[in-house]
Amino acid sequence: MKHASLFGLIAALGATTALAEVVAPTKVMFDEGVVAASLTGVAGDAAEGRKVFANRKQGNCLACHANSDLSEESFHGEVAPMLDGVADRWNEAELRGIVANAKMTFEDTMMPAFYIDSGYVRPLEGFDGQSILTAQQVEDVVAYLMTLKEE
Amino acid sequence: MRTTFSIATALILAAGTGLAQDSNSLSIEGEPMVTEVAAPAHMENVDTIYSGWRFRSQETQALETDDFENPAMVFVDKGIDLFDKVEGSEGKACSSCHEDVADFAGLRTTLPRVEDGELVTMENLVNECRTERMGAEPWKWSGGQMTAVTALIGLQSRGMPVNVAIDGEAAPFWEKGKELYYTKVGQLQMACSNCHEDNYGVMIRADHLSQGQINGFPTYRLKNAKLNSAHGRFKGCMKNIRATPYKEGGEEFLALELYLASRGQGLSVETPSVRN
Ligand code: HEC
Ligand code: HEC
Ligand code: HEC
Repeated sequence: MKHASLFGLIAALGATTALAEVVAPTKVMFDEGVVAASLTGVAGDAAEGRKVFANRKQGNCLACHANSDLSEESFHGEVAPMLDGVADRWNEAELRGIVANAKMTFEDTMMPAFYIDSGYVRPLEGFDGQSILTAQQVEDVVAYLMTLKEE
Repeated sequence: MRTTFSIATALILAAGTGLAQDSNSLSIEGEPMVTEVAAPAHMENVDTIYSGWRFRSQETQALETDDFENPAMVFVDKGIDLFDKVEGSEGKACSSCHEDVADFAGLRTTLPRVEDGELVTMENLVNECRTERMGAEPWKWSGGQMTAVTALIGLQSRGMPVNVAIDGEAAPFWEKGKELYYTKVGQLQMACSNCHEDNYGVMIRADHLSQGQINGFPTYRLKNAKLNSAHGRFKGCMKNIRATPYKEGGEEFLALELYLASRGQGLSVETPSVRN
């Protein structure tokens, strides 16, 4: 019993320290759509971001965007601009802003805001109060987008 | 997006030329259907409306051209049996009062409509007869018995143009449906219009987006191998964007059904259509 509660305490402490560094969805600072600071303080992992980008239950970015770097995935969407060379068009802070909340950059866009957790109309049960991506997933996706260069 | 659409259409046209079947013109059992017509005046952002049939693969399209091939017809046959089946405290079948189902020709084109201040559609009319006139239990909105009978009744209007009333006492219901159509809902924050008005003709991942027309409902879907009600489809689209669907048969979906029907004015009723 003693051991179990001690372990629980350490885990809880660990979680609090990690949480303290994560910028909550409502606290993200946008400057004309741009988010300068990392949401987690932990560098994004591009390989992980590539997975989140393709995963239908996470980013599902391929639903709308085509991306030649993911040619092994079938069915790329045609709804939105192709993301080849996207890092030549936008810098990291701009991409973080677009992924966190594209509506700050493109007025009334159909691209979902991936890092908000409120203001939803009739969210399905279980999704209320939840952002689509976690802060670290946003950082990972941004790191991945930064690898999409053509020049 | 419109440019993309014309490219897509051109591709379909090009692909169609070499083949026996023309994927732009639908005839069912030899009877030509209107699958493309000028948009009604109330549609501000769309010039031409198209049946969902136009957006399907040639294989799926072919299934709707011939009643022997159309997998929905098995369910229509079930509807014929149900129409003759005595049920309820009054000891009556639908056919006790409605001698010939063909007398329902034209009805589908005008629904939903306002009756005694309420917006009602086919499912309401059927259940009203069941509960008020037969003394029978109402059927479940999207259940197998209901969709079989609404498909049978809808089929009597096949080839006739959609023609719902949106003025007069229908106006407030129509306005409400329009508002719902343009409201962004769910965790993905999308409106029906984002997919079916702004982006029809293009691919959203593996799906070729149509205008979300309802002239073919109930629809047989290859995906679930059964007939699907219009409200069932609305529900599915809402769940996909992680939104809590409105209730089937509820006032929101009835209003949305009226609004969607009005976006298809002039298209032929294709009930029962085949989609993927
Ligand atoms: C439902 C559709 C949709 C989804 C899903 C979507 N986007 Fe977008 N995205 C758009 C649209 C539309 C635009 C164009 C902006 C506009 O609306 O004018 C866009 C623009 C962008 C841009 C700017 C592109 C450029 O070249 O200028 C980036 C970067 C981007 N999206 C990244 C993403 C990422 C990363 C994801 C997934 C985590 C994603 N998008 C998911 C629809 C979508
Ligand atoms: C994220 C995109 C998206 C949104 C938002 C969306 N739909 Fe759909 N809808 C689809 C797809 C994909 C299909 C299947 C392919 C097609 O017919 O477009 C479909 C099909 C349909 C169909 C069947 C069309 C036919 O010919 O059988 C109807 C009706 C429909 N949607 C209505 C709605 C309504 C009403 C809403 C809003 C409550 C809505 N959709 C929102 C993607 C969407
Ligand atoms: C006891 C007689 C009776 C039975 C049984 C009956 N109906 Fe009716 N039905 C009526 C009457 C009366 C009306 C109203 C006709 C009118 O308003 O002109 C009606 C109206 C309808 C309408 C609307 C028609 C229109 O043009 O507005 C539909 C659809 C319908 N019935 C379907 C059915 C079905 C399906 C069944 C069986 C499940 C059924 N009815 C059973 C008597 C009956």
